[in-house]
Amino acid sequence: MVAPAPPAEAHIWQLLEEVTDPEVPVLSILDLGIVRAVRVEGEQITVTITPTYSGCPAMNTIATDIRLRLLAEGYTKLIINNQLSPAWTTDWMTKAGREKLEAYGIAPPIDGTASGHVLNLFGKETAVRCPLCKSEHTHLVSQFGSTACKALYQCDDCREPFDYFKCHS
Amino acid sequence: MQDDMQFASTENPALATYTPAVRQQLFQFVLQLADTSLILGHRLSEWCGHGPILEQDLAMANIALDLLGETRSLYQYAAQLEGQGRTEDDLAYLRSATEYRNPLLVEQPNGDFADTVVRQFLFDNFHYHFLKQLLTNADERLAAIAEKSLKEATYHLKWSSEWIIRLGDGTDESRRRVEKSITELWRFSGELTTPTALEKSLQAMGLIPEYEDVQASMTAHAERVLTEATLAIPQQIFMLTGGKDGRHTEHLGYILTELQYMQRTFPGLTW
Ligand SMILES: [Zn+2]
Repeated sequence: MVAPAPPAEAHIWQLLEEVTDPEVPVLSILDLGIVRAVRVEGEQITVTITPTYSGCPAMNTIATDIRLRLLAEGYTKLIINNQLSPAWTTDWMTKAGREKLEAYGIAPPIDGTASGHVLNLFGKETAVRCPLCKSEHTHLVSQFGSTACKALYQCDDCREPFDYFKCHS
Repeated sequence: MQDDMQFASTENPALATYTPAVRQQLFQFVLQLADTSLILGHRLSEWCGHGPILEQDLAMANIALDLLGETRSLYQYAAQLEGQGRTEDDLAYLRSATEYRNPLLVEQPNGDFADTVVRQFLFDNFHYHFLKQLLTNADERLAAIAEKSLKEATYHLKWSSEWIIRLGDGTDESRRRVEKSITELWRFSGELTTPTALEKSLQAMGLIPEYEDVQASMTAHAERVLTEATLAIPQQIFMLTGGKDGRHTEHLGYILTELQYMQRTFPGLTW
């Protein structure tokens, strides 16, 4: 078997586009904005990712999935780095990613609305559009939802509860 | 806690410049922070499936998970600082209660929901303001961990502050309970910002923040929240300390018995 030609960085990025978030499988890790850098030095490939939330259990799965995807193409000298700073923000989520999220039934983050300000107790919460009926008449049920990155909302029109991907900036 | 990742080696160039003595002190301090988040995270996880309502059950599990994530970053860094080949798992699972350095507050039992909320509020109020200072006043890797955790701690403090207000300004029963919790738990809050010999030494080197500023911000926030909650701030309390020096209440041993059961029973067990 012939060893693969030295990898072009662009090809690695293409392959990463095929690695998805295990908890929101419609999103690629590029949509999510967690891949910070790809470095190719000879056969050595270094992929640097940044965690969404410190305790996010998906990060290990994602690192393994990246490794498997690249191994499948014959790239064997791999380093997956976990970089904490600068901390991930939802601003890094792509527009395509946001559209895919809403179509999947999860309200995408609204930039600049991180509502975690500690002085904003019982403050007005962000108006989040219901991903199902598109109504803006919704209310926050809990700042903590089904996973670390989501808050729980309910639609006042269609009555459906839904996840909101919290703004994190 | 098997990992497929490693930390970027570029993240802490300062590491090589520390003398062995400084490195050892920083190791002890990072361990203290890790123990603190681990024990409180463990306590909160005990609520899983027992919360008063589903949304709050989820909230406490979420906060526990955030703390556990912070714990892992800290233990990984501690292991690197120590440089003796111990891993994050060794540090969490194979140290005895007297080797744990968490303040007494976080090992206190969950009690009722008001006890848990007050314990959380006292810790979050410290955690949030401490992390904010750590951002600008620390070694690089600690600052990076703080930057990450601060975003999460912000949600935590908002959650516990709002619950203090709901309980204090709620029903007669919720008020009675939260007042009782404040009486019982406030005495553990002083330890958070009372520097130990180790902390004083690190503060003198500018590696960790002074606690006066942290305490001032904490007091201001506590006054704002308790006033809104129509609750009185306890005055002239005798503060209990010792956890950060390894002198714990009886509760920690029970926590570790459960937390370390698998590694103690099946040494070297991995996922
Ligand atoms: Zn709707």
